[in-house]
Amino acid sequence: MKANEFDVIIIGGGITGAGTQRDCAKRGLRTLLIERSDIATGATGRNHGLLHSGARYAVNDAESAEECIRENMILRKIAAHCVEETEGLFITLPEDDLEYQKTFVERCKAAGINAEVIDPADARRLEPSVNPELIGAVKVPDGSVDPFRLCAANMLDAKLHGGQVLLYTEVTGFIKDGDTIKGVRTYNHQTHESGEYYAPVTVNACGIWGQRIAEMAGVKIGMFPAKGALLIFAHRVNNVVINRCRKPANADILVPGDTVCVIGTTSTRIPFEECDNVRVTPDEVDLLISEGAKLAPALNSTRILRAYAGVRPLVSADNDPSGRNISRGIVCLDHEERDGLKGFITITGGKLMTYRLMAEMATDAVCRKLGVDKKCETAVTPLPGSEKPSYKEVADQIWESPTTVQKASAGRMGTRAARIKDNDRYDQALICECEEVSVGEINSAIERMDVSTLTDLRRRTRVGMGTCQGELCACRAAGLLAKAHGCIQREREDLNDFLTERWKGNFPIGWGDTLRESEYTQWVYKHVLGV
Amino acid sequence: MTLQEYTSSIHNFEECMKCTVCTAYCPVVQVNPLYPGPKQAGPDGERLRLKDPYFFNKALKYCLNCKRCEVACPSGVHVADLIQAARIRYDHSAPKLRDRLLASTDFMGSLARPFAPIVNAVTGLGVTKKVLDATMKIDSHRTFPKYSASSFERWLKRRRKEQAAFPEQVAYFHGCYVNYNYPQLGKDLVKVLNALGVGVQLLEKEKCCGIAMIVNGMSKEATKHAVHNVAVLGKAVEKGLKVVTTSSTCTLTMREEYPALLGVDNSAVKDSLLLATRYIFERLEAGAQLKFRPDFHLKVAYHTPCHMEKLGWGVFSEKLLKMIPGVEFTLLDSACCGISGTYGFKKENYEASQAIGAALFEQIRAVNPDVVACDCETCKWQIEMSTGYSVKNPISILAEALA
Repeated sequence: MKANEFDVIIIGGGITGAGTQRDCAKRGLRTLLIERSDIATGATGRNHGLLHSGARYAVNDAESAEECIRENMILRKIAAHCVEETEGLFITLPEDDLEYQKTFVERCKAAGINAEVIDPADARRLEPSVNPELIGAVKVPDGSVDPFRLCAANMLDAKLHGGQVLLYTEVTGFIKDGDTIKGVRTYNHQTHESGEYYAPVTVNACGIWGQRIAEMAGVKIGMFPAKGALLIFAHRVNNVVINRCRKPANADILVPGDTVCVIGTTSTRIPFEECDNVRVTPDEVDLLISEGAKLAPALNSTRILRAYAGVRPLVSADNDPSGRNISRGIVCLDHEERDGLKGFITITGGKLMTYRLMAEMATDAVCRKLGVDKKCETAVTPLPGSEKPSYKEVADQIWESPTTVQKASAGRMGTRAARIKDNDRYDQALICECEEVSVGEINSAIERMDVSTLTDLRRRTRVGMGTCQGELCACRAAGLLAKAHGCIQREREDLNDFLTERWKGNFPIGWGDTLRESEYTQWVYKHVLGV
Repeated sequence: MTLQEYTSSIHNFEECMKCTVCTAYCPVVQVNPLYPGPKQAGPDGERLRLKDPYFFNKALKYCLNCKRCEVACPSGVHVADLIQAARIRYDHSAPKLRDRLLASTDFMGSLARPFAPIVNAVTGLGVTKKVLDATMKIDSHRTFPKYSASSFERWLKRRRKEQAAFPEQVAYFHGCYVNYNYPQLGKDLVKVLNALGVGVQLLEKEKCCGIAMIVNGMSKEATKHAVHNVAVLGKAVEKGLKVVTTSSTCTLTMREEYPALLGVDNSAVKDSLLLATRYIFERLEAGAQLKFRPDFHLKVAYHTPCHMEKLGWGVFSEKLLKMIPGVEFTLLDSACCGISGTYGFKKENYEASQAIGAALFEQIRAVNPDVVACDCETCKWQIEMSTGYSVKNPISILAEALA
């Protein structure tokens, strides 16, 4: 077999693609994953990071609710270092109908979700930031999940099982033989080289962009691009997920994740052409703040770090103008059965929560086509890094008395934090002060995790994600990247891009301390460093 | 679009712009690599601690609580408060016996005073110092302040009638040091205030301000003291009295640390609680007169204690000293002397403590004054031990210079 021949090619480096590659690789297939930019750049990295209990869908979409709670319990075990077991509350406010709570709890129980009605006073004790005017509360097993970490860990496991990954490589066309897809043609945006890769099966795991890839392959999938906007607050206001106990609507989930918390979302249909360049509008920001403050009034006076938006990969079902009523259900299409196109599978719909199940379904389909009879193990085998249940155990095992930066590394890398070099003061030195990321951790990411730009580095280490938004860390990290890649000029441009990208997220909420800080950053970079 | 209800956060630490000036000004960072510095320990660490108290860093104990970070911060972040509050909230290890003893200044004072000559003789012995060093980790270089055989409170009580005769009155929070160790400073204050036509009253049984307890992991005890002190200060304030002090640290603690760290509301008394130097300066500004000795001559170098920098009141002591005819005045560079209350007494901090103060000691030697002036008793111990120069409170110098 030649170097460019594989058992399966997976297009898309989001969580679905990464999960599918992991599953295929673990079942012994030779896999290639192709992604046109970096990992988790689409909907994977542009959501709440909510580890759904499924309660949100219990009333309207029982199937999704059941999938969520099953996967929720699985992810707690296999992805411990990506998941925080925070619990969640569904609160009823005076303006909401308390009757809804009854239906809600019934449907949750029917779906297998442990929903427990608690006294509003207990809810306030459990989560002191919650709107004190609440009249009802239900506790559910929500949590939070770091999608970047989850995506990287899946891809890493695939690579540990022989998988290959091509980032910044775009599929430009399919190699067809009659009614069979034989492979793909690619273009690498960094090396500017074209390539051809062959496999008997290709999986389209491109989320919303799957429509375009399918078109390229000669089949039609109608996607429904629904934009969702979110705001990140500069620190954790809450430690328990807060939801509104009502029919799903705008800005009714507040999720604590790592050092921040995120309020979202909105849901607006956008034209397909806008998927590559979504923006958060002032109206969306207004809505997110005013509705968000109903969950936790402190949001009214908490610094906002960024605004961002993602596009849900919903599959068109009816004429619902907002997309709220489209099922979050999984769509796995064997195009041979559907369209008579052999060697091509599309896996789409679904959600971050159900990525593993989606990957299992897609891999089952791949295996059927290849005549491979191997069982899926992804529901029971921990991801690399997740072999221990908590970062406390990880840190206490690696270091005698872990420092804050070592604890933070253990939180991000799980058991793989043991591989970080931190023997001397240089390796222990901080690159990112807000999130506590050391030189050793950055270098370890550069060496092992396919990092070519500062933004890639951010997705893998949280560098630049803190309150300073790159003010202190970007130039230091750029120094390490320049050293690793041996190119200063390229790194200068990268630094520029990174800071511009950070500013994009600050711009929609550019007031108060966020504005002061970004002005200060600009002053440092422009006038002191001459960038 | 409408902006947020408040565009500036109620969470003061969010106003940090990461400019790192606080860390540049931190005296500990420069000498102790184990201390992460005020920015890291304060606003940065706070975000992690809010995520999980597990991220609390024990190295926060190296913070001197000198508050220089807060003075330096251009964004008004209460950096030192964040650090001390985190220690109170997350460090649940019980304070060591040594720390308890060092922190219980008024308890120790009331025990030691009746036996002052013996206690003083024993604590001054080399062998005692070696034993304390070995068993308690109290550094053998340190000498405990001498205890006075008779307390200041007793002295002033005997003069109650005579003081009540003055047309104007203030109450005096003397603190543990004046009461048990150095009543002379209190007597000097009474002399100066009497010269201004002001009589001095005691508060109705004050307690230690509690700062040593706050920084030694005894915040519960400190809170009891705070509640008690705010109540007795309140009684004096209700009578229309100002309350003066002679220790910059006690003053800062009661004015600022009570609400910020202990959650004790002091709003009814805060504005009436002043350092005596500020009170006297304001009286003089308003037209009061003091008569000075014509033959007075003294070369004075003034050291601004860190907590005085935080209060922003060093200027009052400076102006008072300059007002005295015959005083040759030098303002020493703003620097921490390194002792910071009980901090420098601990064996593990001794070297850092001396390294922090080194530049100040050198400057004092270069100026070669007759006396160093300073409003803080622990700075006094540190400078006297480290330089051999005698250190006096500006009030004492003022008293000496009076005609």
